[in-house]
Amino acid sequence: MNFAVLQFPASNCDQDALHVLKNVLGHSAWYAWHKDTSLGNADAIVIPGGFSYGDYLRTGAIARFSPIMQVVQNFAAQGGPVLGICNGFQILTEAGLLPGALVRNRSLQFRCEQVFLKTENNNTAFTQTIPPDKLLRVPIAHGEGCYFADPETLAKLNSTGQVLWRYVDAQGQQTEIANPNGSLENIAGICNEQRNVAGLMPHPERASESLLGSADGRLILESLVKWLEARQTQRAA
Amino acid sequence: MKAKIIITPKKAVVDPQGKTVQVALEHMGYKGVGAVHVGKYLEIELHGSDQEGARKQIDDACHKILSNPVIEDYRFEIE
Repeated sequence: MNFAVLQFPASNCDQDALHVLKNVLGHSAWYAWHKDTSLGNADAIVIPGGFSYGDYLRTGAIARFSPIMQVVQNFAAQGGPVLGICNGFQILTEAGLLPGALVRNRSLQFRCEQVFLKTENNNTAFTQTIPPDKLLRVPIAHGEGCYFADPETLAKLNSTGQVLWRYVDAQGQQTEIANPNGSLENIAGICNEQRNVAGLMPHPERASESLLGSADGRLILESLVKWLEARQTQRAA
Repeated sequence: MKAKIIITPKKAVVDPQGKTVQVALEHMGYKGVGAVHVGKYLEIELHGSDQEGARKQIDDACHKILSNPVIEDYRFEIE
């Protein structure tokens, strides 16, 4: 499969994402610079973490208007899968590709630690290979990861299965202590209504090799690969 | 002309910065301090003299990029 990994000034997880897609999962992956106006023949897009444009104004606010994001908008509108990680999630909400917003952590602290995620919907392009009831151990590293949405949006996310992951403790319980940033209802990641655009604050690409302490994050990227392969087979038939 | 824009967090959004400043003010002994909301202030210099045109343009910019309507409110004046 072919993956485009976006690069903005001050992206800093772009290399990690490319490494996992290319060297760990064995797929073709390349960078798409923020000024580019084409994604090549990418099957999927990963928007990596970082501090795009210095996080000036708001996280993701400036990146969202870069030339490459106009291409991403079209790609997503045609059903192409897009995964935003950390700053990538923030950019997707600013771009209106995902509902809600990410605001300052309730503690006002930058949190850099391991968390546990419970997958709420195992039937999407981003979650289908995650075994039911398996908790994902992945790291977070952010200062503005507190998920906010108005009550109507939140109700809709819940009723349509758009909440993909929540922060839980090691026993899988959704507690306040397990919530590292004050996100509403412990939300760590969501997808759009069409289920082809997803974002999460934790870093699956930093937990894709057991050498790094956890390979749980790989399940998210492998889900996407499996989904793309199924689509390819379907198209060929 | 100049646009003076004030952006504040919506009331429904938790504002930990405001809360922290409020606690600090109380701690320092200032009396009668209520809720604090920390926002942003922007000044934009504008060329030309078409106030109405400038108002429309700034309103559009506030809505599209300068604020995020999901979490923030804005108000501005042109002078």
